[in-house]
Amino acid sequence: MTRDEILSKVRDVLVDALAVDDDEVTPSASLINDLGAESIDFLDIVFKLEQAFGIKIAQGELFPEGVTQDPKFVKDGMVTTEGLAALKARLPHVDFTAFEKDPKVSKVASLFTVETIVRFIEGKVAAK
Amino acid sequence: MRWMWIDRVVELVPRQRMVAIKNISLAEEHLHDHFAADPTRDLPALPVMPASLIIEGCAQTAGILVGHAESFREKVILAKINRAEISREATPGTTLRYTATIERMDAAGASTRILIALFDHAHAAAGFEEIGQVEMMFSHLDQNMGGAGRTGEAFPEHNFVFGEGFKTLLRTSGIPVP
Repeated sequence: MTRDEILSKVRDVLVDALAVDDDEVTPSASLINDLGAESIDFLDIVFKLEQAFGIKIAQGELFPEGVTQDPKFVKDGMVTTEGLAALKARLPHVDFTAFEKDPKVSKVASLFTVETIVRFIEGKVAAK
Repeated sequence: MRWMWIDRVVELVPRQRMVAIKNISLAEEHLHDHFAADPTRDLPALPVMPASLIIEGCAQTAGILVGHAESFREKVILAKINRAEISREATPGTTLRYTATIERMDAAGASTRILIALFDHAHAAAGFEEIGQVEMMFSHLDQNMGGAGRTGEAFPEHNFVFGEGFKTLLRTSGIPVP
């Protein structure tokens, strides 16, 4: 499956789950900030991706849970070095380059873009 | 019994499907306001079951199915209505039937689909006519962001979702209550 085919299917899933327009779903669009996703939408997206691609996604595999609530990983509104390492280990499909320079907890949401999902699916499909 | 919008569970296949019915009665007080006569516009009263309460009935049907799957240990909360279509009004003296199926389920929650059908007792030979469909998602409250222990929000320990009303409904439908 090509990257474009994956992007196209991911776009269908997001249009359906978030009631957004096709053209809003660009690779760089943030799920939360640009497409208005809320917490339950992430579960919806995971279910729809499983169905669309015939894969199984474990809880917390695509979107992390608990990291930003763990006092070890967060200090004064910033993700700690330890926290960043934990996020990176859990989310190999996420690009942390920009985030690392200013790891504010409030910016964690912006890490999850359409591109993140496409990259995650590429890995899953390749491993099938 | 308050706020129960289904009357009886007529079929339950654990973790897969649940069917429930709702008989609409003119004795239900809200039907006298929905819609009341408007003499200023010369409009007679038009009692119809509010679509929002039909959706609540769907949520109760699917919610019990989802709750039953984990023996009612999880606090099952309606979290999202993905889609809802109802094509015909449901009037007093008819029976609504909700057929809920679980499409996907994991530790965090479930996505469900509910078919809505209507039986008009004046045209019994026609049987149940499909009049709508709803897709909705449920969250297992304790397993998600808002759950106790995750964000420090305090939710009661006991399962406040499945209270006495639900238990009575299950019992009168012949379904063992855990």
